[in-house]
Amino acid sequence: MTAVLQVRDLRLWYGTARGSVRAVDRVSLEIDAGSVLGLVGESGCGKSTLGRGILGLLPEGARADGEVLYKGRNLVTMSPRELRRLRGPDLGLIFQEPMTRLNPLLRIEDHFRETIEQHDSKLTPKDVRRRSLDTLGRMGIPPTRFRQYPHEFSGGMRQRIMIALALVLRPSLLVADEPTTSLDVIVEAQILRILADLKENFGTALLLITHNLGIVAEACDRVAVMYAGQIAEEGPARDVFADPKHPYTRELLRSTISLDTKALHSIPGAPPNLITPPTGCHFHPRCPDVMRVCPAHDPIETQPDPDRRVLCWLHGPEREIPEGGTAPLEREQIAVAEEA
Amino acid sequence: MNQGSSLKRYAITRLALVVPMVFILLTLVFLLMRVAPGNPVSASLGGHAPPAVIKAISHQLGYDKPVYVQYGHYLGQIIRGNFGTTISDRRSVGSIILVNGAATLELTFFAMIVAIFVGMLIGLLSGRYRDSPLDTGGRLFGIIVYATPVFFLGLLAQLVFGIWLGWLPISDQASPITQALLQTHTNIFFLDAIIDGNWSALWDITQHLILPATTLGIVYGGVFIRLIRVNVIRTMKEDYIEAARARGINERSVVYHHAFRNALVPVITVVGLQLALLLGGAILTETTFNWPGLGHELYIYLQNRDYAAVQGIVVVFALVVVAASIVIDFANAFIDPRVRY
Amino acid sequence: MAATASVRLQRRTVGMRRALGPIAEARGMARTMLWTGVGVTLVFVLMAIFAPIISPYGFDQYQSGGHRFAQLARPSHAHLFGTTVQSTDVLSRIVWGAQTELEVVGLALAFGLVVGVPLGLIAGYFGGPFDRGTVLFMDAMFAFPPLLLAIVIAFLLGSSVNSGVLVAAIAITITYIPQYFRVVRNHVISVREEPYVEAARALGAKPFTILRRYVFFNVVQNVPVIATLNAADAVLTLTALGFLGYGVQPTQGAEWGYDVSRAVSDAASGIWWTGLFPGIAIVLLVTGLTLLGEGLNETINPVLRRRSIRKVDFGAPSLEPETEILDP
Repeated sequence: MTAVLQVRDLRLWYGTARGSVRAVDRVSLEIDAGSVLGLVGESGCGKSTLGRGILGLLPEGARADGEVLYKGRNLVTMSPRELRRLRGPDLGLIFQEPMTRLNPLLRIEDHFRETIEQHDSKLTPKDVRRRSLDTLGRMGIPPTRFRQYPHEFSGGMRQRIMIALALVLRPSLLVADEPTTSLDVIVEAQILRILADLKENFGTALLLITHNLGIVAEACDRVAVMYAGQIAEEGPARDVFADPKHPYTRELLRSTISLDTKALHSIPGAPPNLITPPTGCHFHPRCPDVMRVCPAHDPIETQPDPDRRVLCWLHGPEREIPEGGTAPLEREQIAVAEEA
Repeated sequence: MNQGSSLKRYAITRLALVVPMVFILLTLVFLLMRVAPGNPVSASLGGHAPPAVIKAISHQLGYDKPVYVQYGHYLGQIIRGNFGTTISDRRSVGSIILVNGAATLELTFFAMIVAIFVGMLIGLLSGRYRDSPLDTGGRLFGIIVYATPVFFLGLLAQLVFGIWLGWLPISDQASPITQALLQTHTNIFFLDAIIDGNWSALWDITQHLILPATTLGIVYGGVFIRLIRVNVIRTMKEDYIEAARARGINERSVVYHHAFRNALVPVITVVGLQLALLLGGAILTETTFNWPGLGHELYIYLQNRDYAAVQGIVVVFALVVVAASIVIDFANAFIDPRVRY
Repeated sequence: MAATASVRLQRRTVGMRRALGPIAEARGMARTMLWTGVGVTLVFVLMAIFAPIISPYGFDQYQSGGHRFAQLARPSHAHLFGTTVQSTDVLSRIVWGAQTELEVVGLALAFGLVVGVPLGLIAGYFGGPFDRGTVLFMDAMFAFPPLLLAIVIAFLLGSSVNSGVLVAAIAITITYIPQYFRVVRNHVISVREEPYVEAARALGAKPFTILRRYVFFNVVQNVPVIATLNAADAVLTLTALGFLGYGVQPTQGAEWGYDVSRAVSDAASGIWWTGLFPGIAIVLLVTGLTLLGEGLNETINPVLRRRSIRKVDFGAPSLEPETEILDP
């Protein structure tokens, strides 16, 4: 299995008046062709930034450091013009909010024609039309609606149109940023099925960003759990959910509501400030298993199993932990550590 | 959904809404004129006419009837297209509109073209290159130009281009010779010259048009600059712009096909609103350049305290603005499919 | 009691600070515009206030010490901007004119706010037939070319009201009330639907309390921008009225627009100083007011606001402390 995407030690920081926001703070991951990687985390953990940063679509004032290798080519150091040429035929992005992502003055036909002609101007209008209708058809949009305007479609249909637009040039890597968050459950199921089919029909590598663990369990091969700009844990979806290694993952799973839920469980505390994140392990102020070493030293990534990674001192290399570091941290010391 | 039917439906709804507004406008003008102190007849006759004459004319024009009767008469006349007769020189307001209204139309039309051109050119560039020296320059230009009263700019234009350089005429719609030789078809000199195929007349008319139209157009173009610029900035932030970039559309296409086009849509509405302002400015321009338009006539009739004339002309102005706003709304509905109800 | 009073005072100062906050944060273009606008406007305000002291002569003074000034004299040491055909000093008329302009505009703004803002608040918040009726009425007023409306009103009032300043002020007010009304009403309507207003209603707050505490403060933020931009327009309308001979009469005060109208006949003879200086005065004052308004708009309006961005520095020292937090 060749890796379509290899992210190595990526940092994506935003500049603000109060200091740099460390939205993504040294993240590494890999996605193979035809594979779906789910990226989960709370709001504000940096997963959206990561998704867009990989494609080079960050706003003003953001800077990138590290490597993003798409089929061996580093996107971070690529010129904007080359990067733009990759968008469409190689890289695709599906946004969260489909209602506002289409130009209200243009017909669907115009959107497709523009996208295709930007990248392949030699195609005849008939070919352009055929390709567009073909992709739209796979998304369940009939050809009779090709010449309609965006406002004539429902939210779910607009999302399907957006997916078709992203796919019409057959990209090898697709990033879906919370594609179903603003849609109802039934439409969500339809969209997920479409995304799941991608690997069958197109062999696309998919990065599925979401805060919904259920979607990940259903649609993803692998999952990466993100917290405060870092990957807390990563591995095959089924294994991670059955046997979470990182306390955060465990707490997340416990917080999920199902028909068996008798009492609501939540993780105490609030997501951290990304300008001045907590020292050492970013999760330590809220961690039920926190140890003395946690606020003192940055955790080192280990592989508890061959196919899994975790960033936590509980699984950390023994020799790196100083004397007495594994003793549990008292709560008031946590408060002190937080202020430090 | 059929495009034709939704447009039609929009048209009917829009027209229906206009009726109460026109009604209110007409009533407002009627009341305004009745608020004026003194007898309208004696005022417009210079206040020296003998009482018997005043009484006779008042009776003839119906001013001695009760107010509501006058109101009914007034509305009835307007529906039939009769806007009244002036007291001082017994011309029908209708004929004034035909002749002088055409002159105002000519001036306003060309001024609007200048305004839109100036506004679009500078506004689009300003918004696109926001905060660059080009933007700063453009905005400053827009502000200063709007701050310049149209009569002052007119005065300067006359001084520079008319008197010191001697390039262009500084008053009137056309030279007396041209006016004598021109056949009247539409009363719009520019069109009449074209219809006649009279090219020397057309040249003369154009020369007379340049200073007033450009003066009026530049001043009101300043407003467009501000507006278009803000719209361009706002549009560039829209979600579909980001989505287009994510599909690899190059920046030039994004700017021209998406941003500029969408930014200009609300401008069409503003053109309609600006028409009201432009007509106001036309009054000043016509006075400065001695342009024989409705504004000029209004000014003279106001001086003569001819209430009937003033009433008639004001009604026409207001109705023109209402009509223009309807046209603009239609254009808007045609361009932006979301507007149709 | 003292505690609640001080809390209330605190809340109000916090509110004020929050309102003025964006102005302090203003950067770049917005800031330049804002402060330039303030500066220019201030010059004219001072000119207006200290006119009796600054101005070399009275606004209609055509003689001094028994002998008459020269007619249409070029700018000279005695008359820095020259004289008019009536032997009045151009510079003096500019200085006194500042007083006229600001007086009228100030009055017009005050009237407009006092009438337009409450109307907009009530119509916007309560809706219903009052709202519909007022909107229809205001929309009809919008259909009038504003200058036309002002001219007609000034014309009608001119014979019954003595003070030209008042006539002009009222004419301008009536022209701008629809604008204040519309802006305030639209803003109130959007604020009305906000969750926090709904929450207050659910908690049983009386309508006037809601209006006063939430809606008014929110809406009032828009008013300074509209007011300054309207002030700019009002000056233009006033000078236009003066140009046509309405509003302030030549016996009651100096008015720049009127001076330009007198200068039109001078132009044919190549005399430029009688028209150029009043005209430039108008341009400067209106530009100053517009810059002030635009600067305010850029700083307050969140759509246009630009937050300052500091550059990212990846090389900053890491957060890991050198010492260990462990018991000795």
